[in-house]
Amino acid sequence: MNHWIVLPVLLPALLGSVLLMVARRDLVIARALSVASCAALLVLAGSLLATASAEAPQVYALGDWPAPYGIVLVLDRLAALMLVLADLLALVVLLAAIGGADREGRHFHALWQFQVMGINGAFLTGDFFNLFVFFEILLIASYGLMVHGGGRERLKAGVQYVVMNLVGSTLFLLAVGLIYGVTGTLNMADLAARVPEVAAGDRALLHTGALLLLLVFALKAAMVPVHFWLPGTYAHAPAVVAALFAIMTKVGAYAIIRLFPLAFGDDAGASSGLAAPWLLPAAMLTLLAGMTGVLGAQSMGQLAGFSVIGSMGTLLMAVALFTEEALSAALYYLLHSTLAAAALFLLVGMIAQRRGSAGDRLRVAPPVEQAPLFGALFFSAAIAVCGMPPLSGFIGKLLILDSARESVSSSWIWGLILGTSLLAIIGFTRAGSLVFWTSSAQASARGKGMEAAAAEGEPAAAAATAAALPLVATSALLASLVALTVFAGPVSEWLDETAAQVYAPAQYVDAVLGVAAGNE
Amino acid sequence: MEFLVASAVGVLTAAGVYLLLRAHTFPVVLGLTLLSYATNIYLFATGRLAVNAPPLIDEHLARYSDPLPQALVLTAIVISFGMTALLVVMALRSWSVSGDDHVDDGEPASATAREDRP
Repeated sequence: MNHWIVLPVLLPALLGSVLLMVARRDLVIARALSVASCAALLVLAGSLLATASAEAPQVYALGDWPAPYGIVLVLDRLAALMLVLADLLALVVLLAAIGGADREGRHFHALWQFQVMGINGAFLTGDFFNLFVFFEILLIASYGLMVHGGGRERLKAGVQYVVMNLVGSTLFLLAVGLIYGVTGTLNMADLAARVPEVAAGDRALLHTGALLLLLVFALKAAMVPVHFWLPGTYAHAPAVVAALFAIMTKVGAYAIIRLFPLAFGDDAGASSGLAAPWLLPAAMLTLLAGMTGVLGAQSMGQLAGFSVIGSMGTLLMAVALFTEEALSAALYYLLHSTLAAAALFLLVGMIAQRRGSAGDRLRVAPPVEQAPLFGALFFSAAIAVCGMPPLSGFIGKLLILDSARESVSSSWIWGLILGTSLLAIIGFTRAGSLVFWTSSAQASARGKGMEAAAAEGEPAAAAATAAALPLVATSALLASLVALTVFAGPVSEWLDETAAQVYAPAQYVDAVLGVAAGNE
Repeated sequence: MEFLVASAVGVLTAAGVYLLLRAHTFPVVLGLTLLSYATNIYLFATGRLAVNAPPLIDEHLARYSDPLPQALVLTAIVISFGMTALLVVMALRSWSVSGDDHVDDGEPASATAREDRP
């Protein structure tokens, strides 16, 4: 057994506890340990990615209990890809947080580590109930991070977020119970083996359970009709936390990609193709709702939040086609949209700090400090999010459109993706011109006042170096988008093989249940 | 017994959902608690209901109950208890900061809620 597989879960768990005990008073130690842990995780995820792309899926049986009875962690290409993405995002956004956001409340770094632990665990686990537990870990950490720093609006949005997710957890348990009651297993690979043999009378129960799970994952992925929590949560969360949350919606998408091709794919007999009739229309509505929201957003935080909903719609539409090409395109778009959304949230946070009392609200206000720099960054992030050339969003959308060519609903998909891209462009143009252009026209009078205020606040010199960190992090995220564009060829070839592995569930099942056979 | 357990789950769920939709923090917390009770009983029943049957396999025993749902329920109880505690703390904090215990965002929602009350 490859013991490295469990480390992405163990390392942040241990470090989070250490941070709580040792470094609760000392921010410097906490920062150093936290960055070291995230960097180590990224290296680890990279090496696991190399292992996963060279070999068949690898299984780690916790406590050495054989597969259908014990809990297993499974490393395959898809899991390794998500690990790398999550740990890269965690490291880069953590750098931005060190710029000052982690000072606003207590235990930021410990919560951050637990959040990363939950995300890594959710990507690695091969067991439903364990998936539920990791969801709870990442959620409970996210509750803490969400209200980090406090404030009236943030706490209200936080309570709403917690209630939403507690209801989601209840539904998750009900779904797990239904599936266990019918099939007698909680192991994903074992479930895949048992689904074709379920008695005809029990099949309706099994389908109810599976579709309830789809609803729960849709809630995490912010899909219509359970998307409404996202704009409020993301707009009110601290910018760095919202940037990390960019991976949280993808946890829902990952769970859909993991479960449905595996257990309800072509080999599932009467249960095959269970999710597609529900997922495709819901994803279409999600895209439409998200991009319409971009048009009507009242603040830049909402704008970014609705653009995340829109990108989840695009992504899930490709997933819902349930073909290899479409999945490969979806994974490319997943990489892109996670990084782009994180960059956008960090930028919105920085711009809001530089607009005085106006914050991130979309109204005429004193000009943004360092407007040319932030204008250019916002422009690049907007290009990425809207999916315009030359950045990777364009390639992602192109791949998705190309893979939808054969589908029955191709005209709907093409029309929606192209139409909503226009909506997104209009929405972002409106926001950008309002924030960066409209204000400067009538700003000269107020501008003098601002300069005077800035001159008074000279001790801000130290703060200026700290404020450079979020800028570095945002630039790193945008640079990774450029890299994703430049290396689109090799990346999408790798993703093709990943998609092929997802659609060859026998490999996964053999890897998991073969462990049992080997031990007996 | 099946009827008793099934109706208990049903009544608890219905009451939980009703309270949840009140959208004020105290009823919502109670509603979530009832929902989690319903879920726990339900999870327990997924291993089939067996009275006086130990969760151990023994050659002298013809009947035994499924131990796995019991383990699941234990985990679920711990998690939902912790989550409820967290929610109560956050709700109290939110109430003390904003002076309003409405779960929904925004003013219009709380205005309609006030009209609902006699």
